[in-house]
Amino acid sequence: MRLLIWTYNGTSQAKTRKTMGTTVKAKDGAPRKARRAAQLSSRHLLGLEGMPAEDIQLILETAVPFKEILERPIKKVPPLRGMTVVNLFYEPSTRTRISFELAEKRLSADVVSFTTSSSSVQKGETLKDTIKNIEAMKTDVVVIRHSFPGAAHYLTTCCSSIVINAGDGAHEHPTQGLLDIYTLWEKFGSLKGRTILIVGDIAHSRVARSNIFGLVTLGATVRVCGPPTLIPVDVDKLGVEVFYDLDQALAGVDAINVLRIQKERQSGALLPSLREYTLLFGLNRERLRRAGPDVVVMHPGPMNRGVEITPEVADGPQSVILSQVTNGLAVRMAVLYLLCGGGKKVNRR
Amino acid sequence: MSVSRQKVMDAATVRRAITRIGHEILERNGGARDLILIGIKSRGAPLADRIAAAIEQVEKVKLPVGYLDITFYRDDFQTAFDQPVVQRTEILFDITGKTVVLVDDVLYTGRTIRSALDALTDLGRPRAIQLAVLIDRGHRELPIRADFVGKNIPTTANEQVDVRLKEIDKTDSVVIERGSTRKKLREGDSAVIDMDL
Repeated sequence: MRLLIWTYNGTSQAKTRKTMGTTVKAKDGAPRKARRAAQLSSRHLLGLEGMPAEDIQLILETAVPFKEILERPIKKVPPLRGMTVVNLFYEPSTRTRISFELAEKRLSADVVSFTTSSSSVQKGETLKDTIKNIEAMKTDVVVIRHSFPGAAHYLTTCCSSIVINAGDGAHEHPTQGLLDIYTLWEKFGSLKGRTILIVGDIAHSRVARSNIFGLVTLGATVRVCGPPTLIPVDVDKLGVEVFYDLDQALAGVDAINVLRIQKERQSGALLPSLREYTLLFGLNRERLRRAGPDVVVMHPGPMNRGVEITPEVADGPQSVILSQVTNGLAVRMAVLYLLCGGGKKVNRR
Repeated sequence: MSVSRQKVMDAATVRRAITRIGHEILERNGGARDLILIGIKSRGAPLADRIAAAIEQVEKVKLPVGYLDITFYRDDFQTAFDQPVVQRTEILFDITGKTVVLVDDVLYTGRTIRSALDALTDLGRPRAIQLAVLIDRGHRELPIRADFVGKNIPTTANEQVDVRLKEIDKTDSVVIERGSTRKKLREGDSAVIDMDL
């Protein structure tokens, strides 16, 4: 893909994305640093699978100034003024929905939120009809959470808005993946050579998938650990190391991402009992002590305290669970900002 | 078309201009009381540092210096293709009640300054805002003027003013590029060129 970018002094040069941000040698004398264009390579955010490392890096870097804005007395900036964002939530959510709504509001967008319990979905309206009707009211961006994998992708085929996936079934949850990566990036600087362990129900977890895609792209070593019934066959083909024993998996890690046991997705008898799961795969003080004092503990929430993580670990000094939530807001602002900016990408009728 | 490059300032003239601006700021404000310097990123930031150093030499007072990124306040966010990468705003003090001197390298259309004024309003309510620029090249599109100017350079719209500063570009100079076919993409220009997505 070729993009035209403009350097600071107005020089236009056709370049490939790979060469962005390099220095341009001027005819006379010292090199002048070329301005990098802040453009993602994709119009939508559907998942982290296949997302280039430069895009992830750009989102991380853009989230930094947004985090600073969250500390200000006036936590609002105007770039999305006049744009309308629709939050379509077909699945229950507190954190993600509030986070998206706040991110949109702090960018000065107009926000409409929609939950299935109080909508025409109850009367049998299809997703396609719903989105067509909402779009007929001149909206610009759709944020969708749905229990069907691929729902966000499907939306891009039947509407002209910018689509952001806020979780589609067990497929992907890209903004959660990005906020987890941001939290690690903030702690460690580069993720190259770091070892991140994801513990729990890998098979049903969109958070795990987005984390794996993003972290592997950035050069981190990813381990997954859980009972064999909850580890997908062939998961090692995503470039991860598979462990079935938590104590082995913990040796030498830099961070642990503890996943929630999703009771709503456990249709079969995949776990003998929650007590056994806690005993074998729960993160407790003793296990964390053996893993090391600098190991970072993450959890995407909502937590089942006492099941996958003990309260003293969740609230302990190594836990970054609440900064994940703050970072989530900054990362979502960065994603919205980057997707909405720049030229004719926004559909203005 | 041939491109001619004319050097209008070198390291020494840039230094003298900055020293003079420092003096003028002190003179206008009757000293350094309640003064704050805020440089607009990228090249306004080192300029603000240098003006602060010039003021410190005369007045023996270290003025607070902040750096402002105006990307979120640009008026071409939804139309321009060349969005810059957002940088951090670093203003670690309260600006309310202070006299803020905004510092930038080139004053041209005035749109950057308009954005900066909006950005400052969101950070507090300064007693007054003044503007210092190294180069004023004319062609304003908004009713904005500078209080302190390093050098006025009459230009035409197809010329480029190329400011380089040691901290960023390893050299101090101001060069005018004439007859350049290179043109900065502005709002309203036909935009998509060579974009096979």
